[in-house]
Amino acid sequence: MSENHTASTPSPEDAERLTAFETHVGNGGYVEPKDWMPERYRKQLIRMMSQHAHSEVVGMLPEGNWITRAPSLRRKMVLLAKVQDEAGHGLYIYCGTETLGVDREELVEALLAGKAKYSSIFNYPTLTWADIGAIGWLVDGAAIVNQTMLAKASYGPYARAMIRICKEENFHKRQGYEIMATLANGTSAQKAMAQDALDRWWWPSLMMFGPSDTNSPNSAELIKWGVKKKTNDELRQRFVDLTAPQAEAIGLTIPDPDLKYDEETKHWNFGEIDWDEFWTVVKGNGPCNKERLEARRRAHDDGAWVRAAAEAYAAKRNGHNRATAA
Amino acid sequence: MDANAALVDFLLGLGDDRLVLGHRLSEWCGHAPILEEDIALTNISLDLIGQANLFLSLAGDLEGKGRDADALAYFRIDREFLNHPLVELPKGDFAFTIMRQFLFDAFGYHLLQALAESGHQGLRGIAGKSAKETAYHLRHSAEWVVRLGDGTDESHARAQSALDEAWRWTGALFVSTPAEAALTKSRVAPDLGGLEPVWRASVNEVIQNSTLELPEAKPPAGKGYRRGDHTEHLGTLLAEMQSLARAHPGATW
Amino acid sequence: MTQGNHPVGDTQWPLWEVFTQSAPGKPHEHAGSVHAPDAEMALQNARDVYTRRGEAVSLWVVPAEAITASSPSDAGPFFEPGNDKAYRHPQFYNVPRGVKVF
Repeated sequence: MSENHTASTPSPEDAERLTAFETHVGNGGYVEPKDWMPERYRKQLIRMMSQHAHSEVVGMLPEGNWITRAPSLRRKMVLLAKVQDEAGHGLYIYCGTETLGVDREELVEALLAGKAKYSSIFNYPTLTWADIGAIGWLVDGAAIVNQTMLAKASYGPYARAMIRICKEENFHKRQGYEIMATLANGTSAQKAMAQDALDRWWWPSLMMFGPSDTNSPNSAELIKWGVKKKTNDELRQRFVDLTAPQAEAIGLTIPDPDLKYDEETKHWNFGEIDWDEFWTVVKGNGPCNKERLEARRRAHDDGAWVRAAAEAYAAKRNGHNRATAA
Repeated sequence: MDANAALVDFLLGLGDDRLVLGHRLSEWCGHAPILEEDIALTNISLDLIGQANLFLSLAGDLEGKGRDADALAYFRIDREFLNHPLVELPKGDFAFTIMRQFLFDAFGYHLLQALAESGHQGLRGIAGKSAKETAYHLRHSAEWVVRLGDGTDESHARAQSALDEAWRWTGALFVSTPAEAALTKSRVAPDLGGLEPVWRASVNEVIQNSTLELPEAKPPAGKGYRRGDHTEHLGTLLAEMQSLARAHPGATW
Repeated sequence: MTQGNHPVGDTQWPLWEVFTQSAPGKPHEHAGSVHAPDAEMALQNARDVYTRRGEAVSLWVVPAEAITASSPSDAGPFFEPGNDKAYRHPQFYNVPRGVKVF
């Protein structure tokens, strides 16, 4: 669908188109798949969207870990529904990415080869049931802050996928928070479980917003092109402001001695993030990086014969017949 | 066994079948051959666990000992579960999962249609809703049986192997205990043996379209599973499923 | 095309576009896409992905390659109305005051 542009010397025509493009986007205009777009915009979007899609799919694993042990039928069903939603979100965003001229197979290969990134938060293990609550409350909570902004992204297919995702995401956060509230109000063992999960997931959740803006090379460009509308630090602050009172409301303590409400700024001040940990995990040395990719590789490799069978059948039939069953 | 106890056991069996099978399907979550199938299998798993919840709740109500669906699901031991061994078998490869699902869905579909006419109102209501869901499950599993059977050499071999294995567990589906026979007399449940021909017809049609072969031997009828005789697999399944709930007895989740 | 451990030709299946009708009488609208090996599976996948929350009473699935789209450079000739075709709009026509046309 999109033409191949070389990144070398732009022609005067290209320079004119680029100016028109930036003006259009600057005025809140949408970009659709068949529109002319700078090659760099296309590449940035493929990177950003596929990373997002990979995150949804890899994110199924830490939560999926507790489906078989969910402690009530309702929790089992709600968790299944949530993880199913995540698969769906990955699917929406992969499809959106494909409009930029790349096959889903290529994107999957890049992930499995370790060449593509996904959100580092999913490289942490889910050690207790309370982790499921913490993920819904904090990780989905952080994702919502990010996604609400992305619903206004300049690239049409991404914005539309995000609108659909935002509608579905709210239940994720609520179910997580409800789990934490129930545990915090439960037996002393349950309350300790909840506090322990919060202790382990708080800082990684803040890291989800990425490096501080001074260290984020992509941010400025993405903001110029209307893909990002707010900086990492702005979004992180919004998340803290929303979440700190929520922790107080259920009697749990956020593990940050510097966390304090500032009457003047009306924001919650918080402590320094451990950026060493952030970069260690981003670079592939987090607790579960290897396991997550191995699980996805195994699923993909084990599934090859299934995908092939369906295609072979379709080729034989040209996809017309349907077997009757009942 | 009195009529109420017979009905409670029957409902427990219906619930346990769906809980255990739903649980097995949920093991695929995040590991399916392709993203769309992750969503499809999870959808079926959710439907089944939802049905289990309804059947177990009704069983608990009628039992009158204050046990709700969670108490029944998480605090009975394996010897007390009344599911068919077919559903507790490990998920195996995708071919086994699909084949086992298909054979169960074809049974479940006809059973639930019959139960939608049950003399018992509560049972009728649950069955009617569940039959619609099961019709969709059957459509999904049947279409996959055909695609695997008539796909590649590898998928055909795996599907045949799956069919040979799962088939031998299906006989038990059509055997009524004396208590169930009494339920048939009182028009609460259909005659299970009477469902076999229509099940076989459904299965035959799909298997033929898939180029697979039905094992010739009539599958052995299970006897005693209803009295809690399971395979070794149920014990490990429940050990995992119930572990957290049992670690905190009396807790609210 | 594919590298690594996967057989050549291992794909994620063809792409299909999905259209849903939210209620009887409404038009089918584009909801998104799914991958599927054939039409029956495309329909099932679309149902699972796009109608979980009761969003549709009817579904269409179309192979993505079957769709022909206008291109942005067509926009002028295709979509910008000439100023001399106001007769297509109801406001162009005068009727006596107070008379109901429908």
